[in-house]
Amino acid sequence: MSKVKSEYLINRKDNQYEVVIGLEVHAQVTSESKLFSTSSTKFGAEPNTQVSLVDAAFPGMLPVINEFCVKQAIKTGIGLNAKINNRSVFDRKNYFYADLPQGYQISQFKDPIVGEGKVILDMPEGQKEIGIERLHLEQDAGKSIHDLDPQSTYVDLNRSGVALMEIVSKPDLRSPDEVSAYIKKLRSIMRYLGTCDGNMQEGSLRADVNVSVRAKGSKDLGTRCEIKNVNSIKFMQMAINYEANRQVDLIEEGKSIDQETRLFDTRKNETRSMRSKEDAHDYRYFPDPDLLPLEVSNEFINRLKSEIPELPDDKKKRFIKDFKVSPYEANILVSDIDTAKYFEEVVTKMGKNKDIKLAVNWITGELFAVLNDKNLEISQSPISSKNLAILINLIKNGTISGKIAKTVFEIMMDGDKDPQKIVEEKGLKQQSDPKALEALIDKIINDNRQKAIEYKQGKEKLFGFFVGQAMKASGGKANPQLINEILKKKL
Amino acid sequence: MSIDLKTIKHISKLSRISVDDQKAEKLAVDLNSIFKFIEKLNELNTDKVKPLTSVAETTLKLRSDEVKSKDIRNEIIKNSPQDNEDYFVVPKVIE
Amino acid sequence: MMSDITKQSLSELVKNIKEKKLSSKEITKAFIDRSQKSKELNVYISEDYSSALEKAKKFDEKPNLDLKLPGIPIAVKDLFCTKNVRTTAGSKILNNFVPTYESTVTQNIWNEGAILLGKLNCDEFAMGSSNETSFFGNVQNPIDKNLVPGGSSGGSASAVAGQLTPITIGTDTGGSIRQPASFTGIVGLKPTYGSCSRYGIVAFASSLDQAGPMAQNVKDCALLQEIISTYDSKDSTSIDFKRNEYSKELTKNIKGKKIGIPKEYRVDGMPKEIEELWQKGIQYAKDCGAEIIDITLPHTSYALPTYYIVAPAEASSNLARYDGVKYGFRAKGENLIDMYEKTRSEGFGAEVQRRIMIGTYVLSSGYYDAYYLKAQRVRKLIKNDFDEVFKKVDAILTPSTPSSAFKIGEKKDDPVSMYLNDIFTVPVNLAGLPGISIPAGHDLKGYPLGLQIIGKAFDEQNILNIAYAMEEKIGFKNKINDWWIK
Repeated sequence: MSKVKSEYLINRKDNQYEVVIGLEVHAQVTSESKLFSTSSTKFGAEPNTQVSLVDAAFPGMLPVINEFCVKQAIKTGIGLNAKINNRSVFDRKNYFYADLPQGYQISQFKDPIVGEGKVILDMPEGQKEIGIERLHLEQDAGKSIHDLDPQSTYVDLNRSGVALMEIVSKPDLRSPDEVSAYIKKLRSIMRYLGTCDGNMQEGSLRADVNVSVRAKGSKDLGTRCEIKNVNSIKFMQMAINYEANRQVDLIEEGKSIDQETRLFDTRKNETRSMRSKEDAHDYRYFPDPDLLPLEVSNEFINRLKSEIPELPDDKKKRFIKDFKVSPYEANILVSDIDTAKYFEEVVTKMGKNKDIKLAVNWITGELFAVLNDKNLEISQSPISSKNLAILINLIKNGTISGKIAKTVFEIMMDGDKDPQKIVEEKGLKQQSDPKALEALIDKIINDNRQKAIEYKQGKEKLFGFFVGQAMKASGGKANPQLINEILKKKL
Repeated sequence: MSIDLKTIKHISKLSRISVDDQKAEKLAVDLNSIFKFIEKLNELNTDKVKPLTSVAETTLKLRSDEVKSKDIRNEIIKNSPQDNEDYFVVPKVIE
Repeated sequence: MMSDITKQSLSELVKNIKEKKLSSKEITKAFIDRSQKSKELNVYISEDYSSALEKAKKFDEKPNLDLKLPGIPIAVKDLFCTKNVRTTAGSKILNNFVPTYESTVTQNIWNEGAILLGKLNCDEFAMGSSNETSFFGNVQNPIDKNLVPGGSSGGSASAVAGQLTPITIGTDTGGSIRQPASFTGIVGLKPTYGSCSRYGIVAFASSLDQAGPMAQNVKDCALLQEIISTYDSKDSTSIDFKRNEYSKELTKNIKGKKIGIPKEYRVDGMPKEIEELWQKGIQYAKDCGAEIIDITLPHTSYALPTYYIVAPAEASSNLARYDGVKYGFRAKGENLIDMYEKTRSEGFGAEVQRRIMIGTYVLSSGYYDAYYLKAQRVRKLIKNDFDEVFKKVDAILTPSTPSSAFKIGEKKDDPVSMYLNDIFTVPVNLAGLPGISIPAGHDLKGYPLGLQIIGKAFDEQNILNIAYAMEEKIGFKNKINDWWIK
């Protein structure tokens, strides 16, 4: 692997600038019901059908906290190697908006449920640690729909009150690639934990991106701009790239950067100021008097710790140690919990005489290509782990060749057929009978006497010709290893 | 200290209550007399006192993660000022 | 006979129903008739008479006499959300709001057989001490024409004193049950914070609001408290403690109870009559066998300034939901922000706007520490005072208010002098303690004056007992001549 440090720098004339990035990731907590109400969190329901009196902030309605969401936040904190706070406080963040029925968002300001932690990124140049500042629980807002009517905005409160975890990183990220790796890592950890499905299309995972620039080597932080609510990794990278260049241009022109909130326009691929929304917000945070401090005991936290599954970093170490895969392969296998699960199932189902290298190649090669092509998740794979294991064993024990296996694989995709049966039905079994093969090769040598002589005289390239002829004569079913051996002997 | 008209206008923006000049002046008088009375708290040194947010000396009770609220869209929308069966409708949001 | 019905106390009415001497319909009709003759008091915001008569008839057909409020008609403060009955909180902004749900406290009384008569006038969002901030106009005190009934539960107090409902429930954030009870010559209890569920009550200041009973006498008050106080998982601040059967356990035996007299409640400019009333109260307590102990609550004078930071701060946030989007009044606006600003400016009255502004200011950037946080710290000191004192005494006896009821309009334009009404009641809310006001005498004008008994948290039984014992000694009779009935 390359150890070259691929620094992301912005160059202007004589100056080089470094980009400093911090992320506030909003991850929707996987739960049945909302953070402070008993309505459903299911995505995609008819508008306003998952709205309780609490969610719509009717007079006299009060929040009651969902224990599961608290557990999910703590588990995520554990996954981020973070300090879990025994006491946390819910505050109100006050502002008016059409999709914020209470006129405030219940969030955690001074005393979050999770404190400092860290995640490890595997970058091409090596590992990098990214600090986590905090994780807190808060309510999601509803949705304003601006394009249904020219004069009006429509409001759907289905999402209003769904639990969110806001995960705030330290300003440790230095490039769009690191941001991508960081988001993927967070997503991976949360999916392992089952605390957030990480579905960016459905908005389960989105981020506010804080960007500043500084002269390379400087230790000071520049003035930062916050790009609000970016909902894909690609857009985050584009927004950072645009924003960093914009800031550098301002510095180069001798202008100052205003600390402000900006919006990423995906169509124009640019960020623009949101300052038109009047004077700076003053959220008037104060402890929500409808709620009491949230206290969790060490026993409670320890019980959750004991429920934490093996996480990607540990799984990777184990794969390298137990399965002798390369760190690169291990990364690919563990990055998504379902891939890791699939891989381990294949390994188990291959039985005693297993070829892990072959399994890795088939999963990351053929299978990934198919999934990619059909736009499927591995959990929706048309080929079950069981049947892939059988196929790999058929290659391993010489029943079929790698080439034939590809044909079998194609057929398997239709209804996850048993490869063993396919091989039998289609007569694809490899010819490994030395006597039959010797006869076949004798005939080929006989038919191509001139070439055999040339080969003996030193034209070694012709060996391939004979292999090809033998394979062709066997309909591709001949055991290539045997062919090689016999040819060497006979020629 | 005194609360001037600019401050009144600023608070009225934050409160989303429109205040014209006449109303602002009246509010300034009222608020200044109220805050004069509130300033009495400055007599006390409270540096070492822990703030009290709730007198309920217990901690938060946690509910189980169950969906109990059904689809009550009709009930929810019923009281809304503008007629629409599916959505709450508000005047256009200007960004 | 009919005219006598409304004069009866709750206990008498319940007894007469149980002994089948009166039907629910007779009682309900009597209160409706009297209410209809009493429009001048302006106690009702919404009447629910025909539905009440229906329910009374139904009750009589199949009376369940095991209930605690069998077929008893009751009007409640319009701060409690009542299913399918308009609930306004005394505000234009909720003028047309009809809840599809019921508050826990009102549900508790319907569960015991009570019947809703209607919704009673109150200060807008319970912000006021004279019932003059109501969008639905001020309420007359049955004691005298053009006299305020106090507030914010002014309609409730007038309705009980004027015998338009046998009992009622109010809410008390800084004195809103005890002060109007005192002004109208009735009994009002503010329970310990967390005793009665806040679910379904239009919120004013969440850390202070409590619902509580208002009645003609202590026994009725105890019975109603027993019914409305339940643990409720829908309110995260509801407290799960062992609740007494307050009416059953009620006793006049308070021998040896230690009652504290706080010197800080002797304030400048307090009328002599109040001081005399207090001294009489002390004597009555002694006569009942209680031991009187001088105590000090050193931070008393800081309670009101603290309250006028904490309550508006919470209110400014609690009232943000009234934005014209989901329910209630909406003004026309060119865009969302314009609509918000006009809706809230036209929908809220002057006092509510004033308090929202105070609250917004004390929470705003740069002022939070100086005001809100400071107030939270002083609140702690105030609570500490009580904690300290309650190591030595079982209850505290004070006047309920620094004056008797005043004329309508007298203090309307001077917010601070209006706020001073709650000087004796506010510390109790800040500390989350139970407090009861009982009528204890009259001033020279013949207006009632009340005494307040403050107890330890969750010790409602004790202050009810003391009130019960003193009530007998005091022998108060309200001087009401039905001046409004032509």
